Amino acid sequence: MAKSTPEIPNASMADIAFLLLTFFLVTTTMPNDKGLSMQLPPPPEAQPPEDVKIPERNMFKIQVNSSDALLVEGEPMNDVSGLKDMIKKFILNNGVDPKSSDSPEKAIVSLKTDRGTTHKRFVEILDIAQAAYYDIYADQAGVTNEEFRKIASDLNNPENQRLYNKGREGIPMAISIAEPTKAGN
Amino acid sequence: MSKFRKKTKVKQDIPTSSMPDVVFMLLFFFMVTTELRKTAVDVMQRIPQATQLRKLQRKSLVTNLYIGEPKKSDQFGTEPKIQAEDVFIEPNDIILWVNREKDKLPENEREQLTVAMKVDSEAKRGIIADVETQLRKANARKILYSTLQKSDKR
Repeated sequence: MAKSTPEIPNASMADIAFLLLTFFLVTTTMPNDKGLSMQLPPPPEAQPPEDVKIPERNMFKIQVNSSDALLVEGEPMNDVSGLKDMIKKFILNNGVDPKSSDSPEKAIVSLKTDRGTTHKRFVEILDIAQAAYYDIYADQAGVTNEEFRKIASDLNNPENQRLYNKGREGIPMAISIAEPTKAGN
Repeated sequence: MSKFRKKTKVKQDIPTSSMPDVVFMLLFFFMVTTELRKTAVDVMQRIPQATQLRKLQRKSLVTNLYIGEPKKSDQFGTEPKIQAEDVFIEPNDIILWVNREKDKLPENEREQLTVAMKVDSEAKRGIIADVETQLRKANARKILYSTLQKSDKR
């Protein structure tokens, strides 16, 4: 009686699997949906063009020109490393310094760029401004900056919602991005 | 001494019988995490870096807009262009495009549409501001500037 072997040869299985693995390794792109999140203001025509006067002291002005040079509160600035602390100090002033903001609620960080400013520079400054706010929120909620951003990304959890509201209490993220000026393009 | 001599007889082969299992495990990992590229991006994408990244919760609500210098500069010029899906569009077309994207979503989620702006580092603010103005008009006000994680010095 000839003994038939009803087995599938499996010596080549590893090779086949390797081939598929290589295919997926090459074609894969890791989804990258991370970035700086922003909320745009309502459409221009929705609100009447009424001139709201914001007192000078409640505005923290950051201007960037078409050659990416920085003007902070009217002073040129080359090194941005101290900018975050300046913004934090401005937001949390609470009326102590008469030149700085009245209260965190009224404080506005205004970022005005030129049409010729590069996106790279814009992201750098926006990142610093958001970092200042997230640092303050994280302090209020009693977590680290990184943890707070993680919490803010997942608000379905009631505990996260609570911490998020605690962090943001009384301090809206008021980063205003003004219409760019038209010097360079 | 015989105690030590035994050691020379140790088998030198690495067992390979579990290799297919290991490879299959890796294979499944990549199959599950992979996301096949739907659109070929025709604009430069040197994505800037930032530290304060936020992750998007729901991918189905995200739609991408690519802005940058065209890769085929002899054909399309060197001025930054806007790419949505597979075509270059002008800022004026954005309202139409947003409405089409919104139509793809269920009615109750249309207002939560998030536009992920994948903008090249060297693109100018001018064109981005034009896009933002149109997005405001189209009432797609949640946006995200795509960035990479900057390695922290802290």
